[in-house]
Amino acid sequence: MLYIKCPHCGMRPQIEFSYGGDASVKRPELNKEISDQEWDNFVYNRKSLRGKHLELWQHISGCRQWIKVERDTATHEIFKTFKAEEEVA
Amino acid sequence: MSQEFRLENVGLINRDKKLSFKFNGKKYFGYEGDTLASALLANGVHLVGRSFKYHRPRGFFGAGVDEPYAIVQLYRNNETEPNIKATEQELFEGLEAKSVNCWPSVNFDIGAINNFLKIFLPAGFYYKTFMWPKSFWYRIYEPFIRKAAGLGVASTKHDKERYEHKYEYCDLLIAGSGPSGLSSAYAAAKNGAKVILAEDKPRFGGSLLTDDVNIGNQSGKDWAEGIIAELKTMPNVVVKNRSQIFGYYDHNMLVMSEKVSDHLPKTKKYHPNKRLWYIRAKEVLISSGSIERPIVFGNNDTPGVMLSSAAKEYLKVYGVLVGKNPLIFTNNDSGYETAIEFQKHGVQPTVLDSRKNPESEIIDEAKSLGINIKNSYVVVAAQGYKKVKSADVASISDDKKQLGKIENIKCDCICVSGFWTPSIHLASQSGNKTKFKEEIDAFVPGVSKQQETTLGAANGVFSLEETLQTSFAKGRELSKKITDNDNEVSVPNVVEKKSSKHDKFWCVPLPAGKNYKRFLDFQNDVAVSDIEIALREGYRSIEHVKRYTTLGMATDQGKTSNLNGLQLVSEIENKVVPAVGHTTFRPPYTPISIGAIVGREVGKHSKPTRKSPMHDWHEKNNAVFVDAGVWLRPRYYKRGNENLFEGSKREAKNVRTNVGVCDVTTLGKIDIKGPDAAEFLNRVYTNAWLKLPVGKARYGVMLREDGIVMDDGTTTRISENHYHMTTTTAQAANVLSHLEYYLQLVWPELNVNVVSTTEQWAGAAVAGPKSRDVLQKLFPNLDVSNEGLPFMGYMEGDLFGVKARIFRISFSGELAYEVNVESDNGIFMWEKIMEVGEKFKIQPYGTEALSTLRIEMGHVAGSELDGRTIPYDNALEGLVSKKKDFIGKRSLQRVAFTANDRQRVVGVVPLDKKTSIPEGSHLVKDANAPLPNPKLGHISASCWSVEYDNPFSLAILKDGKNMIGEKLFVMSPLKNKVIPVEIVSSHYVDPKGERVRS
Ligand SMILES: [Zn+2]
Repeated sequence: MLYIKCPHCGMRPQIEFSYGGDASVKRPELNKEISDQEWDNFVYNRKSLRGKHLELWQHISGCRQWIKVERDTATHEIFKTFKAEEEVA
Repeated sequence: MSQEFRLENVGLINRDKKLSFKFNGKKYFGYEGDTLASALLANGVHLVGRSFKYHRPRGFFGAGVDEPYAIVQLYRNNETEPNIKATEQELFEGLEAKSVNCWPSVNFDIGAINNFLKIFLPAGFYYKTFMWPKSFWYRIYEPFIRKAAGLGVASTKHDKERYEHKYEYCDLLIAGSGPSGLSSAYAAAKNGAKVILAEDKPRFGGSLLTDDVNIGNQSGKDWAEGIIAELKTMPNVVVKNRSQIFGYYDHNMLVMSEKVSDHLPKTKKYHPNKRLWYIRAKEVLISSGSIERPIVFGNNDTPGVMLSSAAKEYLKVYGVLVGKNPLIFTNNDSGYETAIEFQKHGVQPTVLDSRKNPESEIIDEAKSLGINIKNSYVVVAAQGYKKVKSADVASISDDKKQLGKIENIKCDCICVSGFWTPSIHLASQSGNKTKFKEEIDAFVPGVSKQQETTLGAANGVFSLEETLQTSFAKGRELSKKITDNDNEVSVPNVVEKKSSKHDKFWCVPLPAGKNYKRFLDFQNDVAVSDIEIALREGYRSIEHVKRYTTLGMATDQGKTSNLNGLQLVSEIENKVVPAVGHTTFRPPYTPISIGAIVGREVGKHSKPTRKSPMHDWHEKNNAVFVDAGVWLRPRYYKRGNENLFEGSKREAKNVRTNVGVCDVTTLGKIDIKGPDAAEFLNRVYTNAWLKLPVGKARYGVMLREDGIVMDDGTTTRISENHYHMTTTTAQAANVLSHLEYYLQLVWPELNVNVVSTTEQWAGAAVAGPKSRDVLQKLFPNLDVSNEGLPFMGYMEGDLFGVKARIFRISFSGELAYEVNVESDNGIFMWEKIMEVGEKFKIQPYGTEALSTLRIEMGHVAGSELDGRTIPYDNALEGLVSKKKDFIGKRSLQRVAFTANDRQRVVGVVPLDKKTSIPEGSHLVKDANAPLPNPKLGHISASCWSVEYDNPFSLAILKDGKNMIGEKLFVMSPLKNKVIPVEIVSSHYVDPKGERVRS
């Protein structure tokens, strides 16, 4: 079970969080014409990375904030966590 | 009193407390502090079971967690548990156990024929023999295997024991209370670190309880007892016996199973049977010690052949002689310690040492005691069937290839020591890439992966002095990092007689002309010849060899067999052991009770139960409840002998003719506030929200980004910047997360806040032609006329002194209102509604009537919004705005979603107007078409229409728009039904929706 540092609450066990997928995906702007391919990429196409992965988690049983977690998908090592609005260096 | 193998005044058992127990129906006696194994051995019982494959007789091989044989079925407090190691089970008064794996009895076992049909069961026998023909599986092979194999039977009764989970955090978690565990715990504790010290056995001390060593001028055992006593007084230290750390998981979380009650005749009141600890540790010290390894020789599975360390433990801890004419077979000094113990207690052992000229202090001691020692000698084969009677022994050449002349010597047990294998499972589970240490012929931990350090024998260090020095230093160093304290602890002086050198020898060659079975894996009956076959048949990877032969795959996970298996593969393949590699260690290290894993989450506790504030009223009024997610909702209110069908029909009918009231508290409710709330809703829902006036409600549909309908519900504008959203019961949590996702990550510029208010409001739906009369009685001062409170209108009112929200919305399709009050006032509201509604013939109605009402109105719900349908499929395309963008809109342009023959909700009526249609059935054109019959759609929801008094269903049907009037068939192979049906509009009742506006 992972031990995740919520940037708002501190170290918390994984059971307090729910996983939210790839954090690098950007939703296309509203009212903008985009191609099928672009839309498909946003909705469906995800890389299944082995290694460092920036992902979203929500602290559902805590502060309910969505956070970004930089994690190694193979070793489960967590390098850093970020608030939703924080820029990832 | 026939404990004829029990010595007087030896051991750590409590001789003041004699215990009686039964094994295979026969009564025996033992003492408090015995294990079932030691008590049986004290009574001279060596035959405890039969092996898995050949059903060969099995005795005791070890004295603890490594035991591969002595697995029994335990009976305790009117319950039974399989897969119990007799070497771990502590004796209690009245214990009962039986052998497993033998039928009809341990002494006469039919499966033992397998032993004479060896040819039938070589490596891979499951794969080869039981493959063909397929039909034989069910009739012959499987029943045979089920009867012949298996390690006991699981109870079929509900487990009445209680199991607990505990979450703990500490600075240092120390696994094992031997010399390294005790010294590191002591040093860390002195630095003020929060320490948990876990020992899987009942007694602390590990090898110090049995090894002949001195620490600080006391025996190892006395030193250990002193340290434990001091640790127990320290507030920053938790010491736990009977506690096995069996799993090392991510981020330094370890799980430990504490046997709280297994050593007692029954669990004490309010105590758990077992307690599972989830421990998050800053540092983990692995001091799990080592397990003695066997030397492989002919018939080495005969009862009476056991590890030399086990024989010593039975003697020193339990005062039990495993034999009175012992033969010790060793390749290192450990065998001598056992021999000396025997000698000291009046039993003359013979020692066969495979080494030519070993020298050490302990060998000198053995010689001075007059022990008979034969160097360059080995056991070729054990003789005897149910018990060792003698041994064939021979001298062996220096290269260990040639045997001398075979002699037979009488003995009643053979104590084997093939040196020591570090217990590296925890380090390996942590992700540590282990390395092979040549001088001990075993793997040891390599570079730490997590915050873990392995010490002492587990790290391949067999010198006590070195172990104590490194362990005190590590405990001090790691705790200092955490607490900043640095208290010096002096390392006591050590006296140890044995050297830690061994002979690199592990398998006795077969004598010419003999074909003895030489076992590697005792529990799964894997012999040297099986590995040879696997390699001959082309298996190379150790992982494949393991699966093909089942080496190391039994419940003991190869604790005594893995390394010898590797040695053999490396020898045949002519590779060094590290090149062969070893298989992966996975948790759990030992079998863990399913009950302990589940903990308290059983039965009704497996998930929370949510009840509405009106629950007690429902209960008092004969509600029959149904699980709706985690909520309990009334399904119908039973009157007299009514069944579900009759009751729900009555309730639905009453809504259509008079008025009914339904508890709708479970609906998800989300409070939305902020200047950008309207804009946000406009993006979330498919329809337009910018112009909704204050005091009005609107029905909305929200999509996922892939265009699939996520949820529906009404949202009401309470004031300028304040909205009240409702969601379906099931989707409430998902919708809240969904809204938070967009507000926090996608459109953080929107100034909006959302919060769940599901539990803040109690809700009652008042529905039916007379609902306005009821409402007027509830709020005499309000204008609730069709003009004063029109359809989709909202107002606030005073319900006999209680603040209430009134929404004119309808799920039933009738004129209807939903009244919300603060949860605490829910029961008050409900009783008032029943009171004023009495003269309008009000009746409460449950979820079954609610479903009937919505189905015959063609109002889609969860069974149609099933995560596979888009708005069009649900006839909701009128709610999809063409002008504005919203979540999921772009997906609706997908080719499949715009196809002309797209699936769509329709109504279905059986032609005979009588046959009920099972939900989930398929719709087909031709009932007699060959299989697979093309499916046109499925029945999503069924009811008995109270309006027309005949069955009616909703279906999602391909090209549903153009199918109205068609005749099709409903097929339910599950219920064996074929029903001719007609497709009709989904709006079966009041298709124009006049009633809700009346
Ligand atoms: Zn948080």
